[in-house]
Amino acid sequence: MYFLAAEGGESTHNPIIPIWQEIVVGSVAFAVLCFVLMKFVFPRMEQTFQARVDAIEGGIKRAEAAQAEANQLLEQYRAQLAEARTDAAKIRDDARADAEGIRQDILGKAREESDRIIAAGKEQLAAERATIVRELRTEVGTIAVDLASKIVGESLADEARRKGTVDRFLSNLESTGAR
Amino acid sequence: MFGQANVLAAGQAAFPPSVEDFYLPSILPWGAHDSYWFTKITAMVWVAAGILIIFFLATYRKPQLVPTKKQWLAESIYGFVRNNIAVDMLGHRGVRFAPYFTTLFCFVLLTNFFAIVPLFQISPNSHIAFPAILAVISYVLFNYIGIRQHGFVKYFKNSLVPPAPWFILPLLIPIELFSTFIVRPFSLAVRLFANMFAGHMLLLVFTLGGFAMISANAWLAPVSVLSWVMTIALTFLEFLVICLQAYVFTVLTASYVQGALADEH
Repeated sequence: MYFLAAEGGESTHNPIIPIWQEIVVGSVAFAVLCFVLMKFVFPRMEQTFQARVDAIEGGIKRAEAAQAEANQLLEQYRAQLAEARTDAAKIRDDARADAEGIRQDILGKAREESDRIIAAGKEQLAAERATIVRELRTEVGTIAVDLASKIVGESLADEARRKGTVDRFLSNLESTGAR
Repeated sequence: MFGQANVLAAGQAAFPPSVEDFYLPSILPWGAHDSYWFTKITAMVWVAAGILIIFFLATYRKPQLVPTKKQWLAESIYGFVRNNIAVDMLGHRGVRFAPYFTTLFCFVLLTNFFAIVPLFQISPNSHIAFPAILAVISYVLFNYIGIRQHGFVKYFKNSLVPPAPWFILPLLIPIELFSTFIVRPFSLAVRLFANMFAGHMLLLVFTLGGFAMISANAWLAPVSVLSWVMTIALTFLEFLVICLQAYVFTVLTASYVQGALADEH
């Protein structure tokens, strides 16, 4: 009361008694602040954090999946490569075996052919020789008879006798020739 | 807003400073001493709320997965309170409270910070009304959380009855009642208020003391300069107190909520 009077209507203040107008103002201001920040800002921050975590975890997951796929592909390629190698080896072996077989075949055939040709040649030769021998025999017989007739000067009337003589001569001749 | 400046310019620096130096004349109506609706203090509260709203809305208008610099700053503030206070003290349940704790922390920090910003140079928290509001909210919050978590009876049993032999309970229960339900909001409010009040008072003493000495005797000018250098040094100290008190207020609120959520005493 003394101060009130002394300072001309200016009230003294007690610093630990709140001023109710300030309480109202502070409450409203802080309420507005809380409303805006807690409704529009921080939940979105949480969302962003979550999205970031998801993005990172998703990235890791995707990378892991890609890695697994790559590994699988690698395995697959390796398996295919090994398969291809064994296939190639098998094909080579087969080819080698085939070639060997074909060679044997051809050789066999060729041998057969040559044998056949040789045999045919021999046969022909033998046939020709027989023909020649037969022709020669008749011819030689005739010539000999003619010659003998000339030498002897007589015609051998008896046909049968003549034939026997010639044959005999010829077989003698053959047997001497063979010897 | 210009009350102090006028006083200084008129060379009528009242030394020592008094409680009245915290109650500046109102802005609207201009110069009135018993109107409190629109004073420098309430204006600063609005400004603080406005700055925070604009800052967070502007930086978080279009959030991106890879943050921009401003977005990163806003996220760092939230992330600091969320991870270092809320989750640290409350575990995964703390995420739910992180938005309020962050709002509280930012508001207290910024209003405290006005204490050392040129032209503002006084914190609204040096008027007990504002710390009191925040303390009451914290008080209601932790009690509400506790009652919702455990039910009314179990919550009060948890809070009031410590696990102690029966014959000591008559002594312990009143102490618990007093400390938990009566002292807590007061200590919370008064801690912040007193720190900001004392900080402003200290700066006033050294600033006005310099003027008082130089106007009393020109030969005291070097001491005045020393006094003003002290003001600068104390401003740095004040900055420390500002950050610390904002942190303490938030941590204590989180700790009260933690106590309310805890299953055992």
